[in-house]
Amino acid sequence: MHEMSIAQNLIRIVEQEMVQNNASRLLRVKISYGRISAIVPEALQTAFQALTRQTPLEGAVLETREVPLKVRCRECATEFSPQERDLLIMTCTSCGAEFGHEVISGKELLLEEIEVE
Amino acid sequence: MQIKVLRNILEANDRISNQLREMFRQKAILVINLMSSPGAGKTSLLEKTLDQLRDEFSMSVIEGDLQTSNDAERIAATGAQVLQINTGGGCHLDSSMIQEAAGKMDLEQTDILFVENVGNLVCPAEFSVGEDYKVTILSVVEGDDKPEKYPLIFAESRVLLLNKTDLLPYVDFDLDKASGFARSINKNIEIFPLSARTGDGLEPWHDWLRKEVHRKKQDR
Repeated sequence: MHEMSIAQNLIRIVEQEMVQNNASRLLRVKISYGRISAIVPEALQTAFQALTRQTPLEGAVLETREVPLKVRCRECATEFSPQERDLLIMTCTSCGAEFGHEVISGKELLLEEIEVE
Repeated sequence: MQIKVLRNILEANDRISNQLREMFRQKAILVINLMSSPGAGKTSLLEKTLDQLRDEFSMSVIEGDLQTSNDAERIAATGAQVLQINTGGGCHLDSSMIQEAAGKMDLEQTDILFVENVGNLVCPAEFSVGEDYKVTILSVVEGDDKPEKYPLIFAESRVLLLNKTDLLPYVDFDLDKASGFARSINKNIEIFPLSARTGDGLEPWHDWLRKEVHRKKQDR
């Protein structure tokens, strides 16, 4: 349940952004998380709702977007996204190499955008 | 009003982690973030490593635990400096906990600082703690499909230690399969099969530590 810590960090950044923009109420938060980041979106929702109760952030919609895994082939440097659930062996779409690819994206955890008034 | 933000949600943790990394660099301390599921053998491995390398290096340990000080007592028995962090149920260590712990320790003579994380294959992987390398232990009784189920921790680790190899005759664990899965998500991972209990296979792991301590001192 590290989603609680992640929600705390998220809320701290949102509060900073609201102060900088003279916002009094939060309507919407958009975040993105990589497919292999260890985030359970439902747990993050629960943590976010619990931690924002009776604050200016209460009632805001938390939108979560999953970022696909993207890797670079070790053999031929082709960049490709392994199929959903195809994590065990990620066969290069160009040369067929199976192991040793480099992860380019799919691990991130970003606050993308907020909507305030 | 819509506001584009684009900030890393864990930026506060990363900021302190980077400060720690700079401090450890100046002191030329190799910092290892040791992770695994509960019972995979983090403490047993440390006991062996601290004992066998005691004449070569000065080593310290930050011990993360949910509640008890059992592990810290086992580490202290080896003669190494140990500081216990109780997370009180928290599932991972973060960089501010390490910053506080490091402030209470005498690290002037330390060559290697091991951070024994809370036993968990999910949460610790997201939080860097100022380490040079993450090292994950997977014991053969846990099953060779774990790199597939918990990709992030294996993607983030520099070294994978496959522990409890003395139990291989009794379990269906394919060393090549587990290694292949880990390499498919992490091309640079180094893999050492070993048994902390019998001591088999510890030498390649210790050689890796020797090489990295040397590199760290050169880089200062």
